[in-house]
Order: sequence, then C-alpha cells, then structure tokens
Amino acid sequence: MKTKIIKAVQFIGLGYLEPLIRLLTGEDLKKNGKEAFKRILFPLLSVVLFILLWHSFSSYLNNVESEIKIEKALKDQGPEAAKKLEACIASGDISCRPNSLPSPAMVLSAVGKLWDDHKIMAAKKQEFIDKYESINAEREAKGQIKIVYTGRPSFVDQIVTSLKTVFAGFLLSIIIAVPTGILLGLSTTLRTSFNWIVQIFKPVSPVVWLLLVSMIVKTVLTNVDVEKSFVISFISVGLCSMWATLVNTSVGVSSVDKDYINVAKVLQLGTFSKVFKIILPSCFPMIFTGLRITLSVAWMVLIAIELLAQSPGLGSFVWEEFQNGSSDSNSKIIVAMFVIGIIGFMLDRVMMIFQKLLTFTD
Amino acid sequence: MIDAILDKEKIDRDPQGFEKYMLELSNLTKVYPTPTGDFVVLENLNLKIKEGEFVSIIGHSGCGKTTLLSMIAGLNPISGGQIILNGTPISGPGPDRGVIFQSPSLLPWMSALENVLLGVEKVFAHATKKQRDDICKYYLSKVGLDGAFDKKAKDLSQGMKQRVGIARALALKPQILLLDEPFGMLDSLTRGELQDVLLEVLDKEKTTGIMITHDVDESIFLADRVIMMTSGPRAQIGDILDINYERPRNRKSILEHPTYYDNREHLINFLEH
Repeated sequence: MKTKIIKAVQFIGLGYLEPLIRLLTGEDLKKNGKEAFKRILFPLLSVVLFILLWHSFSSYLNNVESEIKIEKALKDQGPEAAKKLEACIASGDISCRPNSLPSPAMVLSAVGKLWDDHKIMAAKKQEFIDKYESINAEREAKGQIKIVYTGRPSFVDQIVTSLKTVFAGFLLSIIIAVPTGILLGLSTTLRTSFNWIVQIFKPVSPVVWLLLVSMIVKTVLTNVDVEKSFVISFISVGLCSMWATLVNTSVGVSSVDKDYINVAKVLQLGTFSKVFKIILPSCFPMIFTGLRITLSVAWMVLIAIELLAQSPGLGSFVWEEFQNGSSDSNSKIIVAMFVIGIIGFMLDRVMMIFQKLLTFTD
Repeated sequence: MIDAILDKEKIDRDPQGFEKYMLELSNLTKVYPTPTGDFVVLENLNLKIKEGEFVSIIGHSGCGKTTLLSMIAGLNPISGGQIILNGTPISGPGPDRGVIFQSPSLLPWMSALENVLLGVEKVFAHATKKQRDDICKYYLSKVGLDGAFDKKAKDLSQGMKQRVGIARALALKPQILLLDEPFGMLDSLTRGELQDVLLEVLDKEKTTGIMITHDVDESIFLADRVIMMTSGPRAQIGDILDINYERPRNRKSILEHPTYYDNREHLINFLEH
C-alpha cells in the first residue's frame, strides 16, 4: 500500500512528498524526518521569503506613489489639500489609496472577492436560465431563436473559456503538426523543400498570426453563425504553438535508431507497418516533448491573443481590469497572473503523466 | 599468395566440381568515397559457402568484416562484384537472410513474442494467428525463454534480449543466418551460455550461417570453417582453417580434443602477424 502510494506520487511528479509519506507511516523517523524537513520545509521557506520581499517592495512603491501624490497636491492645491490627502492615505481609505503594485494581502482579498463575485454571477445566471426555461421551450417550438444569457462572465467562467480555447488550439496543432512532421521526417526531399516554411513562420509573433487568421476567418465565415472571436483565437493559438511539435516530430522520425530501421529492412516490413509499428513508437518520446512545449506555448500566447482578439477569456479579463482602473483592479490582475501560471504548470504536469504512460524508457 | 589460397579452397571444397553452394561471393568490392579519395574496404573478395555449413569470419577491428556481412544482408550497397544466394544475385535485404545484430535491436516497447512475431507475420502471411504464435513460441522456447513470452523487451536482460534476437532470426526460417558479433556485448558467462544455445540450434536445424567474431575460441567452437581476414584497407581473405570436429558438439569434448590447441595457435598466429 505504502509503496503503491509512493510510486503514484512519484509518477505524477510529486516525488518530494515521499519522505513525508514514509514519515507518516512511521518508517525510520530520524532519516525520513530529516529528508522531509529538507525537501518540504525549505521550499516553504522560499515561499515565505518571496512573499516578504513582495510585501516590502510593494509598500516601498506605494510610499513612493503617495509621496508623489502629496507633493502634487501641495503644488496644485496648497498645503491644506496636501494635509487632507496625507491623512486620507494614512487612514487607508479606498478613495485615495495609491494605485501601484498591490501587496500580498490585497491580492489575497481579491481572490476572495473574485470568488464571491463568481458565486453571485453564477446564481444570477442560474436564475435567468430557470426563468427563461419555459419561455425558451415555447420559442423553440415556434421556431424562434432562444434567449441566451448575456451577462458579464465571472472570473471562473473566463478561466473555463480560456481552457476551452487552448484545448481547441492544441488539438488543431496536433492535427496539423504530427502528420506533417511524420511526412517531413520520412522524406528528405520533402524536408528540404519545405524547410523554409518552418524556419520563416516559426519565429512569427502571435500578434501577427492573429491578424493573419482574422483576415482569413472574416472572409471565410462571413455568413456562418459561429463565435468568430473564438474561432480566430483558437486557430491563432494552434498556428503559433504547433511549430515545436512539427519540428520535434520530423526530427524524431528522421533520426530513428538505425538498428530499428535495419530490423524493418531485414524483415521487409511494408511502409504502413514500418511507420506505425517501428518509427512512431520509437519517436513517441520526442513527439511528446514537442507536444509539451506546444501546450505551454499555446497557453502563453493564448493570453496575448485573447487580449487582442477581444475574445472572452483570461486575456480579456486582464485587459478589462487594466482598462477599468478601479481600486482593486491591480490586485485582480495579479490574481490572474498566478492563476495563469498555476494552470500552465498543471497542464504541463498532465502532459508529463501522459508522456510517462504512453512512451517507453529503454 | 592469395591466389594460392583461393586455389587451395577450390581444390579442398570443390573436389568433384559439382558441389552445391548456398552462397557465392565473387570479386566482391566495397569502396567508400571520402573527400580525400576513395577508401577501398574490400577488394575482389571471393568466398563460397556450402549448404548446411557454418563459417566464422575472424579479423582485426576495422578490417571490413561487418561491412562484408551487411552487404550479404543487403543493408549496404555493393560497389563491385556479386553476391549470389541460391543461384540468384541479391538486390536488397530480405527475410531469406536472418540477421542477428551485435546489439539485439529489439523494439523495446514490444514484448518478446511481439518482437519475433513482427517478422513471422511477414514471412508466414498465410498462416493463422495461432500458427504464427506457435512458431514464435517454439523458437523462443528453443532459446530458453519459455516463461518470458509476454515480457517487454526493455525489461529483459542483455543476454535474454540476444536470445530473442536469435529466435527472431530463426523464426523466419532463413536460408542463411548472418551473425554480426552476436555475443560481443555480453559478459563471458552469458556468452558461454548463448554459444551453447546457438550450437544446439545449429546442430538441430542444420542452418547455414556466417558469423563475424573477434573471439578465437568462439570461432573454433561453433564453426566448420574459420575465414581469417587480413587487416584493411583492401582487406582480403588471408587464410582458411577447417575445423573438422563432429557434430553435435559439446564444449568439453572440443576443449579436450588433441587438435584444439593447434587450431587455436594457428588462428592466434595469423591475428598476431
């Protein structure tokens, strides 16, 4: 049982919990205690250190900004106003709080606020759906368009939308890059003929891809009833991020161990079984490394693309908050930053688990 | 001198002039072009191998032994001359020549059985699934892998991997077996074990074979004839030694045979000069 848990923990890349598990089951207290202390306490200390540094930096920045504000008030409105402002800032009132890097505490309270907002919005949405359920059924029977909820999406909704977009983009890049990579890898002629495309388009910025895709999608989908911004953003994400998979697949396929190729030759395997039984399984590890890079790039560019494409998601959330400029906007942006980071990390872990499940290690 | 040896071979091997040869290499040449001019590995090499005969080729590293074998296997193009297998010149690799590589080259994500099956499916295309499985299992048991059919190749030890390699080659029922230093990567204990396995199979199946080796004892133990190659470039057959021990052989009786040390000395003398 214990070894099973430890194996499972190591498998999902949380190997540092091993001494803790051993410790909890009472195995070799001294040795495992020391290990657990080293492998868990030190990372925790680094988190504390990070928060302390962040806190002092943010209070420094806020002080600088309040001083600037007070000086400005002194110059423009006289000493009376400056004193008033100083008192206002000291009291911590929202109306005159300096708007710089938020402190860890502010970010934490923003998390709570976002969650509360989400609950309120979700309740509203549910209420709307309940209310219009019968009306929509009637409208549908009459052949009319349903009334859909058009309220503002909550932070959680935005996360879900972003995940949907990134998965659609990721799927698109798999569908394009893996087969193309295999073809390019199998034929030196194809590889040398099309290499320029890979080399030229690989470094193109996400923004430019977005513009290109929207040029095309706008024309192609003029009369089609779909969410154009979603289509544009997921296609751009796919096109931006597919290059790592394409290159890794083609390199993997073209550099399959010569011994395996010799085996295929001696056994005179047909092209089909050569590709599917020998070449593909042997370059699975490389393809998966490519896919992992692709997914993390996809997640990274997604935010920028959503921001520009005005399609719903974390990117537009961040942008709206930035434009909004209310007292807790900055804190919400930082929350979004952490959420983006954590989700990116989790996506990579999921891919790593898939990689371990599907590939061999010699 | 070389011509004299070749003549001697003709007289020794071909007394009636009608003997059936399984494999004939005639004027075989291999040239690798390099930026500084052509590098001739083998030049006008002639060799004939009878059906049922097992020949080992011995020589220093880099003399072109492996090149020779991979040309016979069809994995390396011929620069000049011909390789004739059962009357037809070879034009590429094929399952009529079973190759056992120095590294077992199993596909690590497949089980032992699947590795053997890969070629069997191709050669015995008309057999039923069960028949094919049985062929594979038969040869796997023959090399001593009864309990390991479903083990993944990556989980097998080096010696077991090479056993699968031997079974994979044998299961194709090849006309000739080509072995490229098959035991070179094994420790000496495992090597001895596998030599015994191979010897047993050879004695039973009467397979024709060519084995490349560095090992003087191995070549005497397994072969009917030891071909000694001169060092490259332009490697040639330097000498040929007949090993006339009766089959089935066993290690003890060969080691105790009165001519064993003479043969051994003959080979070592050749390699040292």
